[in-house]
Amino acid sequence: MSEEAISLFSPQLAARLDALAARYPSRRSALVPMLLYAQDEVGYLSDAVINEVAARIGIPELEVRNVASYYSMLHMKPLGKYKVQICTSISCMLRGADEVYERFEKELGLEAGGVTPDGLFSLEKVECIGACSWAPAIQVNYDFQEELTPELVPGILDFYREKDTGKEPHA
Amino acid sequence: MPRLVSHPDEVKIVSRRFGMGAASIDRYLELGGYAAARKCLQQGPEWIISEIKSSNLRGRGGAGFPTGLKWSFVPKTSAKPKYVLVNGDESEPGTCKDHLIFQHDPHAVIEGTIIAGLAIGAKLGFIYLRGEYRGLLEIMEKAIAEAYAKGFLGTHIFGSNTEFQIITHTGAGAYEVGEESALMESLEGKRGIPRIKPPFPAVVGLYGGPTVINNAETIATVPHVIEMGAVAFAAAGSPRNGGTRLVSISGHVERPGVYELPMGYNLKKMIDTVAGGVRGGHKLKAVVPGGSSTPVLLPEEINIGMDFDQVGKAGSMLGSAAVIVIDDRTCMVEFALRTISFYQHESCGWCIPCREGTDWLKKTLTRLHAGFGEAKDIDNIQYIAENMMGRTFCPLGDAAAMPTVAFVKKFRKEFEAHLNGNPCPFAKHAKLVVV
Repeated sequence: MSEEAISLFSPQLAARLDALAARYPSRRSALVPMLLYAQDEVGYLSDAVINEVAARIGIPELEVRNVASYYSMLHMKPLGKYKVQICTSISCMLRGADEVYERFEKELGLEAGGVTPDGLFSLEKVECIGACSWAPAIQVNYDFQEELTPELVPGILDFYREKDTGKEPHA
Repeated sequence: MPRLVSHPDEVKIVSRRFGMGAASIDRYLELGGYAAARKCLQQGPEWIISEIKSSNLRGRGGAGFPTGLKWSFVPKTSAKPKYVLVNGDESEPGTCKDHLIFQHDPHAVIEGTIIAGLAIGAKLGFIYLRGEYRGLLEIMEKAIAEAYAKGFLGTHIFGSNTEFQIITHTGAGAYEVGEESALMESLEGKRGIPRIKPPFPAVVGLYGGPTVINNAETIATVPHVIEMGAVAFAAAGSPRNGGTRLVSISGHVERPGVYELPMGYNLKKMIDTVAGGVRGGHKLKAVVPGGSSTPVLLPEEINIGMDFDQVGKAGSMLGSAAVIVIDDRTCMVEFALRTISFYQHESCGWCIPCREGTDWLKKTLTRLHAGFGEAKDIDNIQYIAENMMGRTFCPLGDAAAMPTVAFVKKFRKEFEAHLNGNPCPFAKHAKLVVV
């Protein structure tokens, strides 16, 4: 990035992205991690985020969009602050993932792809998350929650609501 | 944190440090860590490759290719730098073994990567983890920082004149990049679509340089092979199938979990004894023996040893050793639909038979499961699936088609029971679907 450009990322993230771009044999290799780390901070891949990442890597913006659209964790629209991702693949299905998903739907008043009006939660069905022996499993952002039953759903949501108020949540 | 399980029949080699705090380098060293890498540094590449060859270690990602042979394909001299690439894009439904390796034994992955690097003469290794494994990536990164601090990684590893560096890399959600050429594309910052082979990665791989790509479990197994010796490792398994396997057992069993069992361990015993049998006293209906892409087996077909050759002989594959157990309350049409939905979602779209085939299979199975199928749909499913096989650059097309063919062949009656407007015979789902 040129020195006069103003980054939309925090100084910590900007430093992290600089280090990322420098460590690979080819700068382009940093593209996908950069997009994911930027999304973690900003919330989604806005036009501004895509522009800045394109400039950092030194490729056209269209090229960034072409790559970003391939990866299921990258998204161009805002989701919830806490992304509730329910695995409904086979191993989780066999152990009641659909019932867990339905309970999340009910508690959040959302369908898959929806975001709560306060922006706190979004709900998604996702493919296998690699927790098959501890099914049914979900991820809230990057946290795994395993061996769930529908009865555990309200407690999980309360945990993240409390976390959001800045209080130390107790599990 | 995922629950660890244990059973007396287990032979703990790869998992022997699980739950022992070995993510910390001091503990890993106390438990004998990094001795194998030091030994390899002294012995040199030819000795390493010959040890790995005679250990009968075969790739744990699914294809079961002999690891030592794969390493031997890398040219000794190369104008371009050589690389080691560790595949931790664990995404095949049913599979969760690498999850535990990254969590409990990250230094074994690092040590195995160093050894692979010494074997092929690479100075740089990459450890690629699926994007969902952020917490595990952080564990890996901390372990790598510790290894650098001790001088086990860097320009003079273990005080020698040999250089070896490791870079971690996060994916961002894509099953397809578990295929080795798509994995390289992804690491180069592109869409994860497969490359045409040949050339194979051992000759033209990452950034055009010779590259060895191994599954994370294979790599984590390597230090143990060196430590216990090739002969002892081979003897722990069955003929041509060295050592043990981390078996991810999921589905309708009393004690699901990741168990380390000798290669060739009986599948039926695995389910009945190790995993405690079918949950709630229900009857066994079917077993998927090696991850979602492997053809389903009937209860009368599971009295077999779990190694690459024996499962192959039974008409399926050992794959990633993800055993998915299905009881008699399960609708196999719905199971087939859920399986194909995964592949439809994950098809990268590059090869038309896979992109179109998975989509049509999903559409047809959705309609059939909802009770709106026609008799010809069943043959159509078979026809579409058979026409995908062998017609794509990478194995994802086969991975979607093979299990589908087996579901129809082995459970045809159940598919027929969904015809003529009949609701799904499995009560939970017998609600009216408006199409």
